[in-house]
Amino acid sequence: MAKEPLLRVNDLVLHFRTRNGAVQAVDGVFFELGYKEAVVILGESGCGKSSLARALLRLLPRNVERYSGKIYLENANIMALDDEQFRQNIRWVRMSFVPQAAMNALNPVLRVGDQVAEPMIVHYGTKKEDALAQAAKMFQQVGVPLDFLNRYAFELSGGMRQRVAIAMALVTAPMLVILDEPTSALDVLTQANIFNVLKRLKKELEVSFILITHDIATSSELADRVAVMYAGQIIETSDAQRFFREPLHPYSKMLMASVPRLRTNVEPDFISGQPPSLLKPPQGCRFAERCPKRFAKCSQEPPVMNVDGIQVKCWLYE
Amino acid sequence: MDARPQPSQKPDLVVVKNLVKYFPVRSGLLQRTVAQVKAVDGVSFTIKDGETLGLVGESGCGKTTVGRTILRLIEPTAGEVYFNRENIFAMRPDALKAMRRHMQIIFQDPYASLNPRMPIGESIMEGLHIHKIGHPKERWEIAIQMLKKVGLEEYHARRYPHEFSGGQRQRIGIARALALRPKFIVCDEPVSALDVSIQSQVLNILKDLQREFGLTYLFIAHNLSVVEHISDRVGVMYLGKLVELTDRETLYREPLHPYTKALLSAIPIPHPNAKRDRIILKGDVPSPLNPPRGCRFHPRCPWAKDICARQEPEFKEVRPGHWAACWLVD
Repeated sequence: MAKEPLLRVNDLVLHFRTRNGAVQAVDGVFFELGYKEAVVILGESGCGKSSLARALLRLLPRNVERYSGKIYLENANIMALDDEQFRQNIRWVRMSFVPQAAMNALNPVLRVGDQVAEPMIVHYGTKKEDALAQAAKMFQQVGVPLDFLNRYAFELSGGMRQRVAIAMALVTAPMLVILDEPTSALDVLTQANIFNVLKRLKKELEVSFILITHDIATSSELADRVAVMYAGQIIETSDAQRFFREPLHPYSKMLMASVPRLRTNVEPDFISGQPPSLLKPPQGCRFAERCPKRFAKCSQEPPVMNVDGIQVKCWLYE
Repeated sequence: MDARPQPSQKPDLVVVKNLVKYFPVRSGLLQRTVAQVKAVDGVSFTIKDGETLGLVGESGCGKTTVGRTILRLIEPTAGEVYFNRENIFAMRPDALKAMRRHMQIIFQDPYASLNPRMPIGESIMEGLHIHKIGHPKERWEIAIQMLKKVGLEEYHARRYPHEFSGGQRQRIGIARALALRPKFIVCDEPVSALDVSIQSQVLNILKDLQREFGLTYLFIAHNLSVVEHISDRVGVMYLGKLVELTDRETLYREPLHPYTKALLSAIPIPHPNAKRDRIILKGDVPSPLNPPRGCRFHPRCPWAKDICARQEPEFKEVRPGHWAACWLVD
């Protein structure tokens, strides 16, 4: 990792107001990401990983109860910017987004080429033909045939639409792209193709990725770092090599053991129970109730321990 | 893998012969049929008593249609399906209804397949009610017994589906399928909507119940790793046809059909250093409205020869117990 990380997130909090109380979707998230690196945010449904993407990009709904913390992008705290500055200088300029189900996120009445060109026109005031030329370059970059520029989203297959969404995120040459479940609705062959594209882009371009996913196996193809999220919190961040070999947090261990593997005699395991409600998460460790290794201390919130460069939020490593 | 009784000596419970299902595409004022979606186009296989046959393929390949047509939840276009040597497609409605007791289905989406306004105990009892098995009190007892079989408790029976998590709902779906003590269950993507950390809980329950009640499964899924862990034999579908069918071990270690090879090579391995010799396929799956002539896979096949475009390969037993439809395999 470079000395000064590209992105440093500290104690990021995003709570939503609902009739039943505050939903603590993101509650004290931290992680770092270097230049030309990819970090995978691993988590299961309802753990707050998509809310984390929205918090990073400040794409917030109206019912925000609390939004706080620090996000340093190249050493500048972008949380201090006002909304207009954030829109002009950060979102889609230095940090862009491939939303979940991006295949259905494209505007059905715009030609996909125009849509990919749009960020250039909006953010850089580029002339339309230049922006379209840039869009064409992006199409080549992600492997979409150039004659698709004039097509509409419904004329494209799921995999092609996903590539278009990636092209749209890359067109302004941002330094950071956040991908929210980029392949979860796609078939295994298409999935493999998209990941090949992402791997190539990471090699060829000056870009870092935050990959938000529940798919442990696929994520291992791109990851340099891994951050595991559970019930709104990051419970372990680690180097990918070490994480996939030997995760530390009991949840990470059990999650890895539940992945079915090909051609082995090892039967996948499961985690009994279900994650706590984010409306009133438990006082102590949020995984304690399901954890086979819990002990008395787990009723207090564990601090983040540092174990040889791995951050893990668990009393076992005190 | 595990020491399950070898089902190969057992008789065939389900025999599917040349199953065809076309969906008409209607258009215009008179709703004339303008085209046919060839969802399933000549599929034949057998399922032995007590075995699990996995059926895999990408979305739109027709695997769900196969499952539903076998149970005659949708009417077939052509073909024959024998259950216990009786032709399901020739049955009159009352005979079919009696037969349905023995054939159940577990649906993909646990959020959509339970009636939201019915306590789950009653959902489980419904089949018993329809088939007039026992009186209401006995039915309720059976429902509770079934809930316990899938790891839920008696007090759950009066609750409504929204009070349960996805994994629990899928277990309720299993309890409902089980209530009639069927012999054969079609499991249509039973774990694909679930988080990975609870998938194997549902799979383990399916395996345990199979052992206890001697169940036969048709297990439909798109996730090849999941299918490997539950199936005895596995069939691979592409564009409405079976392209390969053999025992699990052979399919995963020595696949013959190029499509199976490509599929297997694309499965992600949860390790950053894993070696991946991927077979990259060109293009997308063609439309089942107008499938390619000859072998349906030939436009994307890296090894296609002249004959592949001209003539359709026969689905035949190329080695004992190993079926494939490919000109390159002899």
